[in-house]
Amino acid sequence: MEGVDLSYLTENWREVWSLTIDHIVLSLLALAIALPIALVLGVIAARVDWLTAPVLTFVGFLYTIPSLAFLAFLIPSQGLGQRPAIIVLVTYSQVFLVRNIAAGLRGVDPTILEAASGVGMTRWQQLRKVWFPLALPVIIAGIRTALLTIISIAAVAAWINAGGLGDLLFRGIGRSYPAMILAGVIAIVALAIVTDLLLRFLERLTPLARAQRATGR
Amino acid sequence: MEGVSKIYPNTPRPAVNDVSLRIAPGELVALLGPSGCGKTTLLKMINRLYEPTSGKIWIDDTEVHDLKAPALRRRIGYVIQQTGLFPHLRIHDNIAVVPELLKWDKRRIEQRVDELLRLVGLPPEDYARRYPAQLSGGEQQRVGLARALAAEPTTMLMDEPFGALDAITRGRLQEELARIHRQFRQTILFVTHDIEEAVHLADKIVVMREGRVVQFDTPLEVVTRPANDFVADLVGAGDVLRRLSLVPVAAAVEPLSDGLAGTAPEISQGAFLRDALSRLVDSGADRLVVVDADGHPTGTLSLRGVQRAAAPPSMDDAGDAANPAAPAPAERG
Repeated sequence: MEGVDLSYLTENWREVWSLTIDHIVLSLLALAIALPIALVLGVIAARVDWLTAPVLTFVGFLYTIPSLAFLAFLIPSQGLGQRPAIIVLVTYSQVFLVRNIAAGLRGVDPTILEAASGVGMTRWQQLRKVWFPLALPVIIAGIRTALLTIISIAAVAAWINAGGLGDLLFRGIGRSYPAMILAGVIAIVALAIVTDLLLRFLERLTPLARAQRATGR
Repeated sequence: MEGVSKIYPNTPRPAVNDVSLRIAPGELVALLGPSGCGKTTLLKMINRLYEPTSGKIWIDDTEVHDLKAPALRRRIGYVIQQTGLFPHLRIHDNIAVVPELLKWDKRRIEQRVDELLRLVGLPPEDYARRYPAQLSGGEQQRVGLARALAAEPTTMLMDEPFGALDAITRGRLQEELARIHRQFRQTILFVTHDIEEAVHLADKIVVMREGRVVQFDTPLEVVTRPANDFVADLVGAGDVLRRLSLVPVAAAVEPLSDGLAGTAPEISQGAFLRDALSRLVDSGADRLVVVDADGHPTGTLSLRGVQRAAAPPSMDDAGDAANPAAPAPAERG
């Protein structure tokens, strides 16, 4: 096939694999930092009515910053490498995480929460046993979108030497080496698809999703 | 159980205004009144879902604030209209919630859940592994009842437990509740706006209006001797058939006369005059024999007796009971 040159992928699969691992590590690191922040913001947005709109507007605004501009902006203060990349990834993922955490928690029927309180659960037990599990499918959907966004933006972050599969793209472009670019593209797309499937599967494992399947809804 | 006095100030008037009640252990008490009368607020202050602004509530000898709220609530069965079942948990796990919070051992929990499912008429082998959404409304409320009973509470609070059910299902569940109450003698407070439900189930009725208790008495007293126009309207002073459905046969029974037993149609002591009336009309007889739960005759009932008992209730102020639209006088003090 003309133009579909898989030679780089087949000949350098070890390198592609190791860049994929770097990409995954970078993405998961960003998610691991983003999630606790988003949980705090999301719970606040869900529980404090007057803060809902400001918090959601704020994280929405963060997402509108162009990614290259954001990366360039961080270079003077943060230099190059993974650190500024992670700052950018954490920032972008907030919108999906916070929005879904808040929506998931708000979507839980208040009478069920009152029942949880009424049977004698402490606040923490209510959150852990009832509120959070019922919001979980929506929260996982948010994590899925956030992680896909992180994976795609992490590729751009290779521009500031954050490593990962974006490396193949930028090096391939610099050296006018289409097979190298193609190897990067294929690996990134494959990673995104696998991530998507994995998290969709995880969504189906939540107790609420199981209950809904059993009910035939 | 001993309630003293609690005020719950709110705009523009207190939701519950200086209420004092003393409820005997083992009684089934209905909190009755129109929406917004404060009956649900009163109920929820007992398990501290709402905090009273002032006043104290005792259960046995414990003031409800002497315990932490979760510990208090685990000792009190709680049933709400919307069932409040946890949709992500199987029926078994829903019922096991309180025993698990109380850290019962597994074997004991298993046994208790089975026992409870049987008690509320849901065979465990068919129901334990299902999810709430797979059950009908009536079945869900049975599970709600089982969950409330799980840790063998001596006190139960029920907030319009049967309000969302159709008439037939409601009737069945009312019978179940009466049976469970006869068997275990918990102290039960239940909120309702349905006078028939209150009269048929309760040992005592608390009639509430605008945050105050207007009358606290047995169903018979409330129906035959309403404290004021408001209660009279509620028990249907202007509607004979309604009143007949609320007054028990016992209120109109006459001494047994010889030679009647065995010839006249029978009616149970626990039935209501409306049943008696339809039995009289239906059979063409002019007297019914009243029998107790074992079928022994205890008295007779005539059409005259029904008429007398159905006469409008005597009221202290002899107000115009046929005027239900009359605005109630403000009760401020």
